[in-house]
Amino acid sequence: MGAQLRVYKRRIKSVTATKKITKAMEMIAASRIVKAQRQVSASTPYATELTRAVTAVATGSNTKHPLTTEAENPVRAAVLLITSDRGLAGGYSANAIKAAEQLTDRLRAEGKEVDSYIVGRKGVSYYGFRERKVAESWSGFTDNPTYADAKKVADPLIAAVQKDTAEGGVDELHIVFTEFISMLTQTPVQNRLLPLSLEKAVEESGTKGEILPLFDFEPSAEDVLDALLPRYVESRIYNALLQAAASKHAATRRAMKSATDNAGELIKSLSRLANAARQAEITQEISEIVGGASALADATAGSDK
Amino acid sequence: MAAELHVELVAADRKVWSGEATLVVARTTSGDIGVMPGHQPLLGVLESGPVTIRTTSEDGGGTVVAAVHGGFISFADNKLSLLAEIAELADEIDAQRAERALERAQSEEDAAAERRADIRLRAVAVR
Repeated sequence: MGAQLRVYKRRIKSVTATKKITKAMEMIAASRIVKAQRQVSASTPYATELTRAVTAVATGSNTKHPLTTEAENPVRAAVLLITSDRGLAGGYSANAIKAAEQLTDRLRAEGKEVDSYIVGRKGVSYYGFRERKVAESWSGFTDNPTYADAKKVADPLIAAVQKDTAEGGVDELHIVFTEFISMLTQTPVQNRLLPLSLEKAVEESGTKGEILPLFDFEPSAEDVLDALLPRYVESRIYNALLQAAASKHAATRRAMKSATDNAGELIKSLSRLANAARQAEITQEISEIVGGASALADATAGSDK
Repeated sequence: MAAELHVELVAADRKVWSGEATLVVARTTSGDIGVMPGHQPLLGVLESGPVTIRTTSEDGGGTVVAAVHGGFISFADNKLSLLAEIAELADEIDAQRAERALERAQSEEDAAAERRADIRLRAVAVR
């Protein structure tokens, strides 16, 4: 076997191995999307009921709460960015980070300081590399977030919102995550969680136009709101984490699918080249044989043996 | 007045139980509360503890007991929702495991874990 042909054969072998790996990753991601989607829908009843309850208290009473009232001139905002721990997901983390950057710039332009909170190793390393200040970060659960993880993320955020602005508290809480729209479409979105805007909450719970009854609050409207709002934030964050996880799996699947396709293309063109090389080798051998034979014939033609 | 109310018991990550009931007893921060069909709209904060649901079905109905760890109760239009971060039906609770968890929590002086295990056991006892 010629040297050229051997090189092609070796490359085909290694690309085939890579293709097998990407194919396996694609299938794993595909099965995880389904699981993640199921989790998103399993968490929906809790989220809708909670949103309904929040709307009910906020519309049914004149209670003022730091988590629902807009500060007159907000000076500091918290941005929670949700990225993934692992790469190999195409532009997934990069897009989320870009959306967070835009939001940060906008908030800065409005004259607010921005505290960054980050979920996922990709986001952490992006900020770490640029030596930007990160208020707090979490990682290790982005593939399969649980409610306990959401609580862990939400606790310091709620504490920051409840703290006085002068003491380093924040007036607004924004969240940036990748929304899972369909298997093919996932878009990074920026949402303002707090202060709560009621119109949006009503829209989300799908109770628009529904007249809420006058509730009897137990023990009191303030206490109910006090207990409700942190849970509301937690459940929104939980939902965002779950959607981000589903989006990440979908992005991985797509990235791995195109990697598999590319490997297939590469194998095809390499085997064409290998075939051509083999053919060239054979042609050369034939012409060598023919040349050798005719040389021999020429050499013996003149002699009279 | 309707003879039954619709109950949805949902935890943060799943729907635990839903069905028709005639009476729901839960513990709010200001004491036990019983909700029957036609109760006035109510929104309350739940204490951790067992929730008892008297169900209706063809065979006369039974009782469903669940352990809830914090949460809310809301009632309107004959629909009652119990929202809890963690909720378990008494049937799902492994009493022996809960007992072991209780012992462990006591020896480690983990107040939160002790309370959780205690609520589970109480829910099992009510059943």
